[in-house]
Amino acid sequence: MTQPRNLIKEFNVDEIRKDFPILTRDVYPGVPLIYLDSTASSQKPIQVIETIERFYRHSYANIHRGIYAVAEEATAYYEEARKKIAKFIGANEPNEIIFTRNTTESINLVAQTWGRMFLREGDTIILTEMEHHSNLVPWQMLAAEKGVILRFIPVDESGFLDLEQYKKLLEFKPKLVAFAQMSNVLGTINPAQEIIELAHQVGAITLIDGAQSVPHYPVNVQDLDADFLAFSGHKMCGPSGIGVLYGKRFLLEAMPPYMGGGDMIKRVTLDSFSTNEIPYKFEAGTPAIAEAVGLGAAVDYLTNIGMDAIIAHEHEVGSYALERLVEIPGVKVYGPDYDKKGAVFSFTLEKVHAHDVSQILDHYGIAVRAGHHCAMPLHEKLGIPATTRASFYLYNKKDEVDQLVEGIYKAKEIFS
Amino acid sequence: MDDLYRELIIDRYKTPLFRGELNPHDISFEDDNPLCGDHIRIDLRVDENGRITEAAFSGEGCAISQASADLLIESVIGKSLDEVKQLTKDDVLDLLGIELGPVRLKCALLSLKVLKAGVYGLGEASDDLVE
Ligand SMILES: Cc1ncc(COP(=O)(O)O)c(C=O)c1O
Repeated sequence: MTQPRNLIKEFNVDEIRKDFPILTRDVYPGVPLIYLDSTASSQKPIQVIETIERFYRHSYANIHRGIYAVAEEATAYYEEARKKIAKFIGANEPNEIIFTRNTTESINLVAQTWGRMFLREGDTIILTEMEHHSNLVPWQMLAAEKGVILRFIPVDESGFLDLEQYKKLLEFKPKLVAFAQMSNVLGTINPAQEIIELAHQVGAITLIDGAQSVPHYPVNVQDLDADFLAFSGHKMCGPSGIGVLYGKRFLLEAMPPYMGGGDMIKRVTLDSFSTNEIPYKFEAGTPAIAEAVGLGAAVDYLTNIGMDAIIAHEHEVGSYALERLVEIPGVKVYGPDYDKKGAVFSFTLEKVHAHDVSQILDHYGIAVRAGHHCAMPLHEKLGIPATTRASFYLYNKKDEVDQLVEGIYKAKEIFS
Repeated sequence: MDDLYRELIIDRYKTPLFRGELNPHDISFEDDNPLCGDHIRIDLRVDENGRITEAAFSGEGCAISQASADLLIESVIGKSLDEVKQLTKDDVLDLLGIELGPVRLKCALLSLKVLKAGVYGLGEASDDLVE
Protein backbone atom coordinates (compact mmCIF):
# COMPACT_ATOMS: atom_id res chain seq x y z
CA MET A 1 0.00 0.00 0.00
CA THR A 2 2.55 2.58 1.05
CA GLN A 3 4.94 3.49 -1.66
CA PRO A 4 8.48 3.19 -0.44
CA ARG A 5 10.02 6.60 -0.29
CA ASN A 6 13.24 6.97 -2.22
CA LEU A 7 15.89 6.39 0.35
CA ILE A 8 17.40 9.66 1.35
CA LYS A 9 21.08 9.04 1.52
CA GLU A 10 21.79 12.33 3.10
CA PHE A 11 19.29 14.05 5.29
CA ASN A 12 18.14 17.14 3.43
CA VAL A 13 15.62 19.18 5.32
CA ASP A 14 14.51 21.09 2.22
CA GLU A 15 13.64 17.80 0.54
CA ILE A 16 11.84 16.61 3.67
CA ARG A 17 9.82 19.81 3.82
CA LYS A 18 8.47 19.13 0.33
CA ASP A 19 6.76 16.04 1.78
CA PHE A 20 4.65 18.20 4.13
CA PRO A 21 2.04 20.12 2.14
CA ILE A 22 0.97 22.28 5.07
CA LEU A 23 4.42 23.83 5.32
CA THR A 24 3.83 25.69 2.09
CA ARG A 25 0.78 27.58 3.34
CA ASP A 26 0.54 31.11 4.62
CA VAL A 27 -1.22 31.67 7.93
CA TYR A 28 -1.89 35.30 7.18
CA PRO A 29 -1.46 36.91 3.77
CA GLY A 30 2.26 36.79 3.02
CA VAL A 31 3.10 35.17 6.35
CA PRO A 32 4.19 31.54 5.96
CA LEU A 33 3.60 28.95 8.64
CA ILE A 34 6.50 28.25 10.99
CA TYR A 35 5.35 25.16 12.83
CA LEU A 36 7.08 24.74 16.18
CA ASP A 37 4.44 22.66 17.95
CA SER A 38 5.22 19.08 16.97
CA THR A 39 5.34 18.04 20.60
CA ALA A 40 1.58 18.62 20.70
CA SER A 41 1.05 17.01 17.31
CA SER A 42 3.18 16.59 14.21
CA GLN A 43 2.30 17.54 10.67
CA LYS A 44 1.62 14.84 8.07
CA PRO A 45 3.69 13.92 5.02
CA ILE A 46 2.05 13.41 1.67
CA GLN A 47 2.99 9.71 1.83
CA VAL A 48 0.64 9.29 4.79
CA ILE A 49 -2.10 11.51 3.40
CA GLU A 50 -2.07 9.66 0.08
CA THR A 51 -2.05 6.25 1.69
CA ILE A 52 -5.20 7.11 3.60
CA GLU A 53 -6.83 8.58 0.55
CA ARG A 54 -5.93 5.57 -1.58
CA PHE A 55 -7.23 3.25 1.11
CA TYR A 56 -10.59 5.01 1.19
CA ARG A 57 -10.82 5.25 -2.59
CA HIS A 58 -9.79 1.70 -3.31
CA SER A 59 -9.67 -0.71 -0.41
CA TYR A 60 -12.10 0.34 2.29
CA ALA A 61 -14.46 -2.06 4.05
CA ASN A 62 -14.96 -3.16 7.60
CA ILE A 63 -12.25 -5.57 8.66
CA HIS A 64 -12.25 -9.18 9.87
CA ARG A 65 -15.11 -11.58 9.14
CA GLY A 66 -15.90 -10.17 5.66
CA ILE A 67 -15.70 -12.96 3.07
CA TYR A 68 -15.26 -10.76 0.05
CA ALA A 69 -12.25 -9.38 -1.71
CA VAL A 70 -12.34 -5.79 -0.51
CA ALA A 71 -12.92 -6.73 3.13
CA GLU A 72 -10.05 -9.16 2.95
CA GLU A 73 -7.87 -6.51 1.39
CA ALA A 74 -8.81 -3.95 4.06
CA THR A 75 -8.08 -6.49 6.78
CA ALA A 76 -4.72 -7.26 5.25
CA TYR A 77 -3.75 -3.59 5.21
CA TYR A 78 -4.85 -3.14 8.81
CA GLU A 79 -2.89 -6.17 9.98
CA GLU A 80 0.07 -5.16 7.84
CA ALA A 81 0.16 -1.87 9.75
CA ARG A 82 0.26 -3.79 13.01
CA LYS A 83 3.25 -5.76 11.75
CA LYS A 84 5.08 -2.61 10.71
CA ILE A 85 4.55 -1.06 14.11
CA ALA A 86 5.68 -4.23 15.88
CA LYS A 87 8.87 -4.16 13.87
CA PHE A 88 9.36 -0.44 14.43
CA ILE A 89 9.46 -0.82 18.21
CA GLY A 90 11.13 -4.22 18.22
CA ALA A 91 8.17 -6.18 19.59
CA ASN A 92 8.49 -9.94 19.66
CA GLU A 93 5.28 -10.39 17.65
CA PRO A 94 2.51 -8.26 16.08
CA ASN A 95 -0.07 -9.64 18.52
CA GLU A 96 1.57 -7.60 21.23
CA ILE A 97 0.46 -4.43 19.41
CA ILE A 98 -2.97 -3.19 20.42
CA PHE A 99 -4.55 -0.36 18.50
CA THR A 100 -6.08 2.34 20.69
CA ARG A 101 -7.00 5.96 20.04
CA ASN A 102 -3.90 7.50 21.60
CA THR A 103 -1.42 7.34 24.46
CA THR A 104 -4.12 8.41 26.89
CA GLU A 105 -6.38 5.51 25.99
CA SER A 106 -3.46 3.07 26.08
CA ILE A 107 -2.60 4.09 29.64
CA ASN A 108 -6.23 4.05 30.76
CA LEU A 109 -6.55 0.58 29.28
CA VAL A 110 -3.70 -0.70 31.45
CA ALA A 111 -5.04 1.06 34.55
CA GLN A 112 -8.57 -0.22 34.07
CA THR A 113 -7.69 -3.81 33.19
CA TRP A 114 -4.30 -4.81 34.60
CA GLY A 115 -4.52 -2.27 37.40
CA ARG A 116 -7.99 -3.24 38.51
CA MET A 117 -7.28 -6.92 38.38
CA PHE A 118 -3.86 -7.08 39.97
CA LEU A 119 -3.60 -4.16 42.38
CA ARG A 120 -4.83 -4.24 45.95
CA GLU A 121 -5.33 -1.68 48.66
CA GLY A 122 -2.02 -0.44 49.97
CA ASP A 123 -0.05 -1.40 46.85
CA THR A 124 2.39 1.23 45.58
CA ILE A 125 2.60 2.70 42.09
CA ILE A 126 5.66 4.82 41.32
CA LEU A 127 5.27 7.70 38.88
CA THR A 128 7.40 10.82 38.35
CA GLU A 129 6.81 14.49 38.99
CA MET A 130 7.16 15.27 35.29
CA GLU A 131 4.26 13.20 34.00
CA HIS A 132 1.75 14.40 31.48
CA HIS A 133 -1.74 14.32 33.01
CA SER A 134 -2.46 11.22 30.93
CA ASN A 135 0.07 9.24 32.92
CA LEU A 136 -1.14 10.65 36.22
CA VAL A 137 -4.91 10.99 36.30
CA PRO A 138 -5.69 7.37 35.28
CA TRP A 139 -3.61 6.23 38.27
CA GLN A 140 -5.26 8.77 40.54
CA MET A 141 -8.62 7.35 39.47
CA LEU A 142 -7.39 3.86 40.23
CA ALA A 143 -5.98 5.01 43.57
CA ALA A 144 -9.33 6.48 44.53
CA GLU A 145 -11.10 3.27 43.62
CA LYS A 146 -8.69 0.68 45.00
CA GLY A 147 -6.77 2.46 47.74
CA VAL A 148 -3.53 2.15 45.80
CA ILE A 149 -0.76 4.55 46.89
CA LEU A 150 0.98 6.80 44.36
CA ARG A 151 4.56 7.84 45.01
CA PHE A 152 6.61 10.14 42.84
CA ILE A 153 10.22 10.26 41.72
CA PRO A 154 11.21 13.91 42.26
CA VAL A 155 12.56 16.15 39.51
CA ASP A 156 15.69 18.08 40.45
CA GLU A 157 16.54 21.69 39.55
CA SER A 158 18.22 20.72 36.29
CA GLY A 159 15.14 18.82 35.17
CA PHE A 160 16.42 15.30 35.83
CA LEU A 161 14.77 12.55 37.81
CA ASP A 162 16.39 11.97 41.18
CA LEU A 163 17.39 8.33 40.82
CA GLU A 164 18.69 8.08 44.37
CA GLN A 165 15.19 8.92 45.58
CA TYR A 166 13.82 6.40 43.11
CA LYS A 167 15.98 3.69 44.66
CA LYS A 168 14.57 4.58 48.08
CA LEU A 169 11.01 4.48 46.74
CA LEU A 170 11.65 0.97 45.47
CA GLU A 171 11.81 -0.15 49.08
CA PHE A 172 8.02 0.18 49.07
CA LYS A 173 8.03 -2.80 46.68
CA PRO A 174 5.93 -1.11 43.99
CA LYS A 175 3.72 -3.19 41.75
CA LEU A 176 4.11 -0.73 38.88
CA VAL A 177 6.59 1.91 37.75
CA ALA A 178 5.17 4.18 35.03
CA PHE A 179 7.13 7.06 33.53
CA ALA A 180 7.55 9.22 30.45
CA GLN A 181 10.64 8.32 28.47
CA MET A 182 10.84 11.92 27.34
CA SER A 183 9.20 14.89 29.06
CA ASN A 184 6.87 16.97 26.90
CA VAL A 185 7.78 20.10 28.91
CA LEU A 186 11.44 19.82 29.85
CA GLY A 187 12.50 17.56 27.01
CA THR A 188 14.40 15.46 29.55
CA ILE A 189 15.24 11.99 28.30
CA ASN A 190 14.87 9.65 31.21
CA PRO A 191 17.15 6.62 31.58
CA ALA A 192 14.44 4.08 30.72
CA GLN A 193 16.71 1.08 30.75
CA GLU A 194 18.02 1.81 34.23
CA ILE A 195 14.57 2.64 35.61
CA ILE A 196 13.16 -0.60 34.22
CA GLU A 197 16.04 -2.75 35.41
CA LEU A 198 15.71 -1.42 38.94
CA ALA A 199 11.93 -1.88 38.86
CA HIS A 200 12.27 -5.47 37.71
CA GLN A 201 14.70 -6.20 40.54
CA VAL A 202 11.86 -5.62 43.01
CA GLY A 203 9.32 -7.43 40.85
CA ALA A 204 7.48 -4.37 39.52
CA ILE A 205 5.84 -4.15 36.11
CA THR A 206 6.87 -1.12 34.01
CA LEU A 207 4.96 1.15 31.69
CA ILE A 208 6.70 3.62 29.41
CA ASP A 209 4.80 6.68 28.23
CA GLY A 210 6.45 6.86 24.83
CA ALA A 211 4.30 9.69 23.45
CA GLN A 212 7.37 11.88 23.02
CA SER A 213 10.15 9.33 22.69
CA VAL A 214 8.78 7.02 19.98
CA PRO A 215 8.35 9.80 17.37
CA HIS A 216 11.93 11.00 17.80
CA TYR A 217 14.19 8.18 18.97
CA PRO A 218 14.74 4.56 18.10
CA VAL A 219 12.84 2.72 20.84
CA ASN A 220 13.19 -1.06 21.16
CA VAL A 221 10.92 -2.68 23.71
CA GLN A 222 12.95 -5.87 23.87
CA ASP A 223 16.25 -4.06 24.45
CA LEU A 224 14.54 -2.03 27.16
CA ASP A 225 12.70 -5.07 28.50
CA ALA A 226 9.63 -2.80 28.74
CA ASP A 227 6.43 -4.45 29.92
CA PHE A 228 4.08 -1.82 28.48
CA LEU A 229 4.73 1.01 26.03
CA ALA A 230 2.07 3.58 25.10
CA PHE A 231 2.30 6.06 22.22
CA SER A 232 0.21 8.13 19.80
CA GLY A 233 0.18 8.09 16.00
CA HIS A 234 -0.49 11.79 15.62
CA LYS A 235 2.84 12.85 17.11
CA MET A 236 4.85 10.69 14.69
CA CYS A 237 3.58 11.84 11.29
CA GLY A 238 0.54 9.59 11.49
CA PRO A 239 -3.15 10.49 11.66
CA SER A 240 -5.00 11.48 14.81
CA GLY A 241 -7.36 8.95 16.34
CA ILE A 242 -4.90 6.07 16.38
CA GLY A 243 -2.49 5.06 19.11
CA VAL A 244 -0.72 1.98 20.32
CA LEU A 245 -0.37 -0.06 23.44
CA TYR A 246 2.47 -2.55 23.40
CA GLY A 247 2.37 -5.18 26.10
CA LYS A 248 4.27 -8.39 26.69
CA ARG A 249 2.15 -11.35 25.64
CA PHE A 250 1.96 -12.94 29.10
CA LEU A 251 0.67 -9.67 30.57
CA LEU A 252 -1.89 -9.05 27.86
CA GLU A 253 -3.14 -12.61 28.14
CA ALA A 254 -3.64 -12.32 31.89
CA MET A 255 -5.57 -9.05 31.60
CA PRO A 256 -9.36 -8.89 31.40
CA PRO A 257 -10.86 -7.12 28.36
CA TYR A 258 -11.25 -3.34 28.41
CA MET A 259 -14.49 -2.67 26.55
CA GLY A 260 -17.07 -5.22 25.63
CA GLY A 261 -18.58 -5.58 22.17
CA GLY A 262 -17.90 -6.99 18.75
CA ASP A 263 -14.51 -8.38 17.78
CA MET A 264 -13.32 -8.85 21.34
CA ILE A 265 -15.27 -12.08 21.80
CA LYS A 266 -14.96 -15.69 20.74
CA ARG A 267 -18.43 -16.87 21.65
CA VAL A 268 -21.41 -15.06 23.07
CA THR A 269 -24.58 -16.48 24.61
CA LEU A 270 -27.36 -14.45 26.15
CA ASP A 271 -25.74 -14.86 29.56
CA SER A 272 -22.03 -14.84 28.92
CA PHE A 273 -19.12 -14.44 26.57
CA SER A 274 -15.65 -15.83 26.14
CA THR A 275 -12.92 -13.41 25.14
CA ASN A 276 -11.02 -13.45 21.90
CA GLU A 277 -7.25 -13.80 21.69
CA ILE A 278 -4.87 -10.91 21.88
CA PRO A 279 -4.78 -8.36 20.37
CA TYR A 280 -8.48 -8.56 19.43
CA LYS A 281 -9.53 -8.97 23.02
CA PHE A 282 -8.71 -5.28 23.47
CA GLU A 283 -10.08 -3.99 20.18
CA ALA A 284 -13.83 -4.00 20.71
CA GLY A 285 -15.92 -2.47 17.95
CA THR A 286 -14.90 -1.18 14.55
CA PRO A 287 -11.49 0.38 15.02
CA ALA A 288 -9.92 3.38 13.29
CA ILE A 289 -9.11 1.32 10.22
CA ALA A 290 -7.81 3.92 7.79
CA GLU A 291 -5.95 5.63 10.62
CA ALA A 292 -4.16 2.41 11.47
CA VAL A 293 -3.19 2.02 7.84
CA GLY A 294 -2.04 5.64 7.86
CA LEU A 295 0.08 5.00 10.93
CA GLY A 296 1.67 2.09 9.09
CA ALA A 297 2.58 4.54 6.33
CA ALA A 298 4.01 6.96 8.90
CA VAL A 299 6.20 4.21 10.30
CA ASP A 300 7.42 3.44 6.78
CA TYR A 301 8.12 7.10 6.23
CA LEU A 302 10.16 7.48 9.41
CA THR A 303 11.95 4.19 8.86
CA ASN A 304 12.94 5.08 5.33
CA ILE A 305 14.46 8.32 6.46
CA GLY A 306 15.98 6.61 9.47
CA MET A 307 15.40 7.44 13.10
CA ASP A 308 19.12 8.03 13.57
CA ALA A 309 19.15 10.61 10.77
CA ILE A 310 16.06 12.28 12.23
CA ILE A 311 17.49 12.58 15.69
CA ALA A 312 20.81 13.85 14.34
CA HIS A 313 18.97 16.59 12.47
CA GLU A 314 16.84 17.49 15.48
CA HIS A 315 19.94 17.65 17.59
CA GLU A 316 21.54 20.11 15.22
CA VAL A 317 18.51 22.39 15.05
CA GLY A 318 17.78 21.92 18.75
CA SER A 319 21.29 22.84 19.94
CA TYR A 320 21.15 25.94 17.81
CA ALA A 321 17.73 26.85 19.21
CA LEU A 322 18.89 26.52 22.80
CA GLU A 323 22.02 28.53 22.09
CA ARG A 324 19.99 31.36 20.57
CA LEU A 325 17.21 31.30 23.16
CA VAL A 326 19.45 31.56 26.22
CA GLU A 327 21.17 34.58 24.68
CA ILE A 328 17.95 36.60 24.88
CA PRO A 329 17.90 38.74 28.03
CA GLY A 330 14.89 37.84 30.17
CA VAL A 331 14.41 34.39 28.65
CA LYS A 332 14.65 31.38 30.95
CA VAL A 333 14.61 27.94 29.37
CA TYR A 334 13.56 25.04 31.58
CA GLY A 335 15.09 21.58 31.53
CA PRO A 336 18.51 20.01 31.07
CA ASP A 337 21.35 21.09 28.82
CA TYR A 338 20.93 20.09 25.29
CA ASP A 339 22.83 16.82 25.11
CA LYS A 340 20.44 15.21 27.59
CA LYS A 341 17.15 16.38 26.15
CA GLY A 342 15.02 16.37 23.06
CA ALA A 343 14.28 19.41 20.90
CA VAL A 344 11.59 20.79 23.22
CA PHE A 345 12.12 24.20 24.78
CA SER A 346 9.73 25.55 27.35
CA PHE A 347 10.63 29.05 28.39
CA THR A 348 9.43 32.12 30.17
CA LEU A 349 10.07 35.70 29.13
CA GLU A 350 10.42 38.18 31.93
CA LYS A 351 7.39 40.45 32.37
CA VAL A 352 5.47 38.88 29.48
CA HIS A 353 2.91 36.14 30.03
CA ALA A 354 3.29 32.97 27.95
CA HIS A 355 -0.02 33.65 26.20
CA ASP A 356 1.05 37.09 25.15
CA VAL A 357 4.33 35.70 23.83
CA SER A 358 2.56 33.10 21.72
CA GLN A 359 -0.02 35.60 20.50
CA ILE A 360 2.72 37.90 19.25
CA LEU A 361 4.61 34.98 17.68
CA ASP A 362 1.42 33.93 15.91
CA HIS A 363 1.38 37.29 14.23
CA TYR A 364 4.61 36.22 12.52
CA GLY A 365 3.17 32.84 11.58
CA ILE A 366 5.03 31.06 14.37
CA ALA A 367 2.98 28.29 15.97
CA VAL A 368 4.08 27.56 19.53
CA ARG A 369 2.11 26.40 22.55
CA ALA A 370 1.50 28.33 25.76
CA GLY A 371 0.20 27.07 29.07
CA HIS A 372 0.98 24.21 31.39
CA HIS A 373 1.18 21.62 28.58
CA CYS A 374 -0.95 19.14 30.52
CA ALA A 375 1.66 18.99 33.28
CA MET A 376 0.25 21.22 36.00
CA PRO A 377 2.10 19.55 38.90
CA LEU A 378 5.42 20.06 37.11
CA HIS A 379 4.70 23.74 36.53
CA GLU A 380 3.77 24.08 40.17
CA LYS A 381 7.09 22.53 41.11
CA LEU A 382 8.88 24.96 38.79
CA GLY A 383 6.91 27.74 40.43
CA ILE A 384 5.46 29.15 37.21
CA PRO A 385 1.86 29.24 35.99
CA ALA A 386 2.69 28.81 32.33
CA THR A 387 5.48 28.51 29.80
CA THR A 388 5.78 29.06 26.07
CA ARG A 389 6.97 25.93 24.33
CA ALA A 390 8.75 25.67 21.00
CA SER A 391 9.45 22.18 19.71
CA PHE A 392 11.22 20.88 16.64
CA TYR A 393 10.87 17.86 14.39
CA LEU A 394 12.44 16.51 11.23
CA TYR A 395 10.98 19.26 9.04
CA ASN A 396 12.18 22.25 11.06
CA LYS A 397 15.20 24.29 10.08
CA LYS A 398 17.59 26.74 11.63
CA ASP A 399 16.01 29.69 9.78
CA GLU A 400 12.89 29.02 11.80
CA VAL A 401 14.89 29.31 15.00
CA ASP A 402 16.06 32.73 13.84
CA GLN A 403 12.47 33.79 13.18
CA LEU A 404 11.43 32.56 16.60
CA VAL A 405 14.17 34.57 18.25
CA GLU A 406 13.21 37.65 16.26
CA GLY A 407 9.59 37.20 17.35
CA ILE A 408 10.59 36.99 21.00
CA TYR A 409 12.52 40.25 20.67
CA LYS A 410 9.40 41.77 19.18
CA ALA A 411 7.37 40.64 22.20
CA LYS A 412 9.96 42.20 24.50
CA GLU A 413 9.72 45.44 22.59
CA ILE A 414 5.92 45.58 22.76
CA PHE A 415 5.95 45.00 26.50
CA SER A 416 8.99 47.12 27.27
CA MET B 1 -1.19 42.89 16.20
CA ASP B 2 -0.72 46.52 16.91
CA ASP B 3 -4.48 46.34 17.29
CA LEU B 4 -4.39 43.42 19.65
CA TYR B 5 -1.82 44.98 21.89
CA ARG B 6 -3.21 48.49 21.90
CA GLU B 7 -1.33 50.86 24.12
CA LEU B 8 -4.30 50.98 26.47
CA ILE B 9 -4.02 47.23 27.09
CA ILE B 10 -0.27 47.27 27.64
CA ASP B 11 -0.64 50.30 29.94
CA ARG B 12 -3.37 48.82 32.05
CA TYR B 13 -1.46 45.53 32.24
CA LYS B 14 1.72 47.20 33.40
CA THR B 15 0.15 49.83 35.65
CA PRO B 16 -3.35 48.81 36.59
CA LEU B 17 -5.49 51.37 38.39
CA PHE B 18 -7.68 48.98 40.36
CA ARG B 19 -5.36 46.23 41.47
CA GLY B 20 -5.70 45.18 45.08
CA GLU B 21 -7.97 43.52 47.60
CA LEU B 22 -10.77 45.05 49.65
CA ASN B 23 -11.00 43.77 53.20
CA PRO B 24 -13.68 43.82 54.41
CA HIS B 25 -15.86 43.54 51.33
CA ASP B 26 -19.48 42.78 50.60
CA ILE B 27 -18.86 40.54 47.65
CA SER B 28 -15.77 38.58 46.67
CA PHE B 29 -15.30 35.90 44.06
CA GLU B 30 -12.39 34.23 42.31
CA ASP B 31 -11.85 31.81 39.47
CA ASP B 32 -9.24 30.43 37.07
CA ASN B 33 -8.97 30.02 33.39
CA PRO B 34 -7.57 26.48 33.30
CA LEU B 35 -6.38 26.93 29.73
CA CYS B 36 -3.68 29.39 30.61
CA GLY B 37 -3.57 29.58 34.36
CA ASP B 38 -5.08 33.07 34.51
CA HIS B 39 -6.49 33.78 37.93
CA ILE B 40 -8.77 36.66 38.90
CA ARG B 41 -10.30 37.68 42.20
CA ILE B 42 -12.73 40.57 42.41
CA ASP B 43 -13.83 42.32 45.63
CA LEU B 44 -16.77 44.74 45.81
CA ARG B 45 -18.22 47.11 48.37
CA VAL B 46 -21.89 47.84 47.84
CA ASP B 47 -24.05 50.54 49.47
CA GLU B 48 -27.55 50.07 50.89
CA ASN B 49 -29.10 50.82 47.49
CA GLY B 50 -27.22 47.99 45.83
CA ARG B 51 -24.75 50.30 44.13
CA ILE B 52 -21.04 49.45 43.83
CA THR B 53 -18.99 52.05 45.71
CA GLU B 54 -15.59 50.42 45.60
CA ALA B 55 -14.06 47.59 43.60
CA ALA B 56 -10.69 45.96 43.10
CA PHE B 57 -9.19 42.93 41.39
CA SER B 58 -6.21 40.74 42.08
CA GLY B 59 -4.63 37.74 40.40
CA GLU B 60 -2.20 36.97 37.65
CA GLY B 61 -2.27 36.13 34.00
CA CYS B 62 -1.76 37.41 30.50
CA ALA B 63 -2.07 41.04 29.45
CA ILE B 64 -5.54 40.53 28.01
CA SER B 65 -6.96 38.97 31.17
CA GLN B 66 -5.42 41.51 33.53
CA ALA B 67 -6.13 44.60 31.44
CA SER B 68 -9.71 43.55 30.86
CA ALA B 69 -10.20 43.10 34.62
CA ASP B 70 -8.83 46.56 35.29
CA LEU B 71 -11.03 48.17 32.63
CA LEU B 72 -14.08 46.24 33.76
CA ILE B 73 -13.63 47.27 37.38
CA GLU B 74 -13.32 50.88 36.31
CA SER B 75 -16.56 50.64 34.35
CA VAL B 76 -18.66 49.12 37.15
CA ILE B 77 -17.87 51.49 40.00
CA GLY B 78 -21.07 53.45 40.60
CA LYS B 79 -23.22 50.90 38.80
CA SER B 80 -25.98 48.96 40.51
CA LEU B 81 -25.75 45.20 40.89
CA ASP B 82 -28.72 44.86 38.55
CA GLU B 83 -26.83 46.77 35.90
CA VAL B 84 -23.83 44.50 36.36
CA LYS B 85 -26.07 41.48 35.78
CA GLN B 86 -26.92 42.89 32.35
CA LEU B 87 -23.27 43.14 31.21
CA THR B 88 -22.28 40.95 28.27
CA LYS B 89 -19.28 39.80 26.35
CA ASP B 90 -19.68 42.73 23.97
CA ASP B 91 -19.37 45.23 26.79
CA VAL B 92 -15.97 43.80 27.67
CA LEU B 93 -14.86 43.73 24.05
CA ASP B 94 -15.95 47.36 23.71
CA LEU B 95 -13.81 48.26 26.68
CA LEU B 96 -10.82 46.46 25.19
CA GLY B 97 -11.49 47.77 21.71
CA ILE B 98 -10.11 44.68 19.99
CA GLU B 99 -11.27 41.50 18.34
CA LEU B 100 -10.23 38.18 19.81
CA GLY B 101 -10.07 34.54 18.76
CA PRO B 102 -11.89 31.93 20.82
CA VAL B 103 -8.95 31.07 23.08
CA ARG B 104 -8.05 34.63 23.99
CA LEU B 105 -11.72 35.45 24.43
CA LYS B 106 -11.68 33.24 27.51
CA CYS B 107 -8.82 35.34 28.92
CA ALA B 108 -10.72 38.54 28.20
CA LEU B 109 -13.98 37.31 29.71
CA LEU B 110 -12.63 35.75 32.89
CA SER B 111 -13.09 38.96 34.86
CA LEU B 112 -16.71 39.38 33.74
CA LYS B 113 -17.41 35.78 34.64
CA VAL B 114 -15.94 36.28 38.11
CA LEU B 115 -17.79 39.56 38.60
CA LYS B 116 -21.17 38.18 37.60
CA ALA B 117 -20.76 34.97 39.59
CA GLY B 118 -20.02 37.13 42.63
CA VAL B 119 -22.94 39.47 42.04
CA TYR B 120 -25.37 36.61 41.50
CA GLY B 121 -23.96 34.94 44.60
CA LEU B 122 -23.21 31.69 42.77
CA GLY B 123 -21.13 28.88 44.17
CA GLU B 124 -19.36 28.34 40.87
CA ALA B 125 -18.69 30.52 37.85
CA SER B 126 -20.07 29.30 34.55
CA ASP B 127 -19.40 30.27 30.96
CA ASP B 128 -23.12 30.88 30.52
CA LEU B 129 -22.66 34.11 32.45
CA VAL B 130 -20.69 35.67 29.61
CA GLU B 131 -22.45 34.35 26.54
C1 LIG C 1 4.48 12.73 27.46
C2 LIG C 1 3.07 12.66 26.94
N1 LIG C 1 2.25 11.71 27.39
C3 LIG C 1 1.00 11.59 26.94
C4 LIG C 1 0.48 12.45 26.02
C5 LIG C 1 -0.96 12.28 25.60
O1 LIG C 1 -1.05 11.98 24.28
P1 LIG C 1 -2.48 11.87 23.60
O2 LIG C 1 -3.14 13.18 23.80
O3 LIG C 1 -2.18 11.59 22.17
O4 LIG C 1 -3.19 10.75 24.27
C6 LIG C 1 1.29 13.46 25.53
C7 LIG C 1 0.74 14.42 24.55
O5 LIG C 1 0.75 15.59 24.68
C8 LIG C 1 2.61 13.57 26.00
O6 LIG C 1 3.41 14.53 25.56
